[in-house]
Amino acid sequence: MDSEEKKSDSGDRRDFVGKCAAGAFVGAVGLAAAGSLCGLKPSVLPDPSEQFKIGSGQDFPVGSVKVFEKENVAVFSEPDGLYAISLVCTHLGCIVSLNAKEGQFDCPCHGSRFTLKGKVTRAPAPKPLPWFKITAQPSGALMVDKGISVESGTKVVV
Amino acid sequence: MSDPNNKPGLLQVLENLKNLPANAKASFSRRGPADGSRRTRAQTVFNNVFMHIHTVRIHRWSLKPTFTFGLGVASAASFIILAVTGIALMIYYEPSTTGAYESVKNITFVVPGGRLIRNVHRWAAYMMVVTVFLHMIRVFYTNSYKKPREFNWVLGVILFVLTLALSFTGYCLPWDQLAYWAITIGANIAGSPVEVTDALGVTHLVDVGAMQKELMLGSKFVGGPALLRFYWAHCILLPVAMIVLILAHVWRVRKDGGLSRPSDITDEDLKGTPIEELAEEAFSEKSRKSYGLMCVVRNKTAAVDRGPERTVMSWPHLFNAEMLIFAVLLVVLLILGLLVDAPLKELANPSVPENPAKAPWYFLAMQEIISYSAFCGGMVMPGLTVVFLMGIPFLDREEGDSGRWFVGDGVKRTTIKTTIVSSIVIIGMLAFTVTFGWLRNWFPDINQIWITIVNPGTVLMSFFVVIAFAVIAKTRSTRLGMTVLFTYFLVSFVILTYFALVHRGPNWDFYWWPSLWPTH
Ligand code: HEM
Ligand code: FES
Repeated sequence: MDSEEKKSDSGDRRDFVGKCAAGAFVGAVGLAAAGSLCGLKPSVLPDPSEQFKIGSGQDFPVGSVKVFEKENVAVFSEPDGLYAISLVCTHLGCIVSLNAKEGQFDCPCHGSRFTLKGKVTRAPAPKPLPWFKITAQPSGALMVDKGISVESGTKVVV
Repeated sequence: MSDPNNKPGLLQVLENLKNLPANAKASFSRRGPADGSRRTRAQTVFNNVFMHIHTVRIHRWSLKPTFTFGLGVASAASFIILAVTGIALMIYYEPSTTGAYESVKNITFVVPGGRLIRNVHRWAAYMMVVTVFLHMIRVFYTNSYKKPREFNWVLGVILFVLTLALSFTGYCLPWDQLAYWAITIGANIAGSPVEVTDALGVTHLVDVGAMQKELMLGSKFVGGPALLRFYWAHCILLPVAMIVLILAHVWRVRKDGGLSRPSDITDEDLKGTPIEELAEEAFSEKSRKSYGLMCVVRNKTAAVDRGPERTVMSWPHLFNAEMLIFAVLLVVLLILGLLVDAPLKELANPSVPENPAKAPWYFLAMQEIISYSAFCGGMVMPGLTVVFLMGIPFLDREEGDSGRWFVGDGVKRTTIKTTIVSSIVIIGMLAFTVTFGWLRNWFPDINQIWITIVNPGTVLMSFFVVIAFAVIAKTRSTRLGMTVLFTYFLVSFVILTYFALVHRGPNWDFYWWPSLWPTH
C-alpha cells in the first residue's frame, strides 16, 4: 500500500466515524422529538357524547320542523317520516340558518346555500348536509346520533 | 486579605460607597468613562450584546428616510411593544372557555390601565402587520433581495407568516363570537384536504384533513383544548420563534454588508442624512480587533476595504434614528389606544355565527378566495403564494443595481402597467362571479374537485403566471417577470380586502354599501 492510499483510507475511516456520530445525534434528537410530538395527539379525545334525546313521536306533527340549537340539528317531520339533518355547513363549519321563506338553508360565512334536504345549491360548500340516524327507544323516546350519518332520504316512521 | 492601599476601617467602606455609582456604571458598560472619542463610541457598540448587532459605522445611504422609510425598525419596534403589553395582559388573562371572556372584560373594565394596555396591544398587532407588509414591498421594489441577501429575504417571508400567525392566534383568545368562529373556520381549513380525498374516494384510508384538524384543536371540536393550544402558540411558541428569527434577520443585514445601496450615490442623494467631519483618529489606529476579525468573515462587510467615506458612527446617528421611529410609533399607538377601543363581541355562541362572519381585515382577501373553495383558497393558494415569495430571489438571479426605488430598466413601467391591468382583470372577475355565479350555479351536480381546481382565484392566478412568462420571454428579464407577479399579488390583496370589507354583507352576498344590509 502506498502512502497516498493509506491517507485516503484513514480519511475515510475518520469520515465514517464522523458520519456515525452525526447519524447518532440526528437519530437521538429525531426520536426524542418524534416521541414528544406524539403527545400532541391525546389518546382519549375529550369529546362530548354525540347522542341526544329529541322527544317522542307526538312532538313532531306532520309538516313541522324543530331546530335543536345546542346540538345544531334540525328535525323535519314529513308524511313519510322524520329526518334529522345537520346544520353545520360542510364548507368551514359555520351554522346554517333555516330560511323558511325561501325554503332553504343559508350559511352566513361564505354564502353556501342548501335545500331543506341538504343538497348544495350554491358554492362553496363541497358536500350536502349530512342526515343523522334517528332511533326509537323502547320507552318511545327518540334519539339522534350525530356520530352516525345515514344516506340522504332515509326517513324514520314513528 | 488586606490591601495595603486601603484606608483604615470604615473610611474605606465610605469611600467605596462614594465610588459605587461610577464603578457600577463602568461594570455595566464594560468600559471607563466616556470621553466622546470615536474609539469609545465604537466600544459602546461592540461591548454590548444588544448593540453589537449593529455595525460600528453605517453608510449614510442607509439613514436616508426615503429609502427604507424605517419600516424594518418599525416592525421590530411594534414587536417590542407587543411583547411588553402582552406580558402585562398575561397577568389577568385566563385561557379557558369559561374564564377567557370574563377575564378580558375584567381587563377592559376593572383593571386600572387595563383597557389602554389591551388597546395598545391590539393596535400594535395591526400596525405590525402593516409595517411588515410595507417593509416587504420596499425590499422588493428597491431590488434589495439580490445576492447575497437571498437568504435574508427568505427569513423575511417566514417572519411575515409568523406575524400573521401571531395575529390570528391572538385574535382567538378573547373567546368572543369573532374568536370562536375564527377558530372554527381556521380548523376546518386545516381539515379541508378532505375536499380532495373525498373526490378521490380515499378519505377512509388517509384522512389528512382530520389529522391536521385534530392536531390544531386537540379534539374533534372547538373547545377548551383548542383555546389552550392557541394560547400556548400565541404566548410561547410563536414569540420565541419570532425573537430568534428577528435576531437572525438583523444579524444577516449586518453580515450581508449593511443595507443595499446603489453604486452611483451622489452627494445630492445624501442630502439631509447625518454627516461627520472626517477625523483620522478612528482609522489611524487601525483598530486591530474589530476590523482584523472582519477580514476572516466571507463576503463584503460594512466598511471593510472601503475606508470611512460616506459612513458615520452608528452611535449616536443610527441609534437616534431608531429611537425616533420607536418614539413616534409609541405615541401613535398610545393615541389610538386612548381614542379607539379594541373590539370585543358577545360571548362565543356555538349555535349562532355572526352574519356576516368576517375575519380580521388582513385575512379578508383570503376569506374571499375561501368563498370559492376551502381547500384551494385556504391552503393551496396561500401556500403557493408563500412558496412564490420565498422563491423570488432564486427565480430572479439578475445582477442589477439595487438600493433605489424601481431601479432597473422598465421596472417602473412594468409595475404601473401591471397595476392597471390587474385592477381591471380582478374587478372584472369579481363582477362576473357576483352577476353570473360559478360552476356550482351552472351545474348543480358537478364534482367538487372541478371547483377546487377551476375557480375565480385559480383562473386569475394562472392568468398572471402566463403574463409573467410572456414578459420574461419578450424582455428576457426575470426581474420584470417577478415584478409582474409581485405587483399582481399586492393589487389582488388590496382589491380583495377592500371588496370583502365593504361589498360583502349577510350570507356573503354582494351589497353596494354596508348601509344597504337588510336588518333582521
Ligand atoms: C417581523 C418582521 C420583520 C422585521 C422585524 C424586520 C426587520 C428588518 C430590519 C430592522 C431591517 C433593516 C433595514 C430596514 O429597516 O429596512 C431589515 C432589512 C431587510 N428585510 Fe426585514 N424585517 C421583517 C420582515 C421582513 C420581510 C417580510 C421581508 C421580505 C420578505 C424582509 C426582508 C428583508 C431584507 C431582504 C432586508 C435587507 C434589505 C436591504 O439590504 O436593503 N424582512 N429587516
Ligand atoms: S362555512 Fe358555510 S359557506 Fe363557509
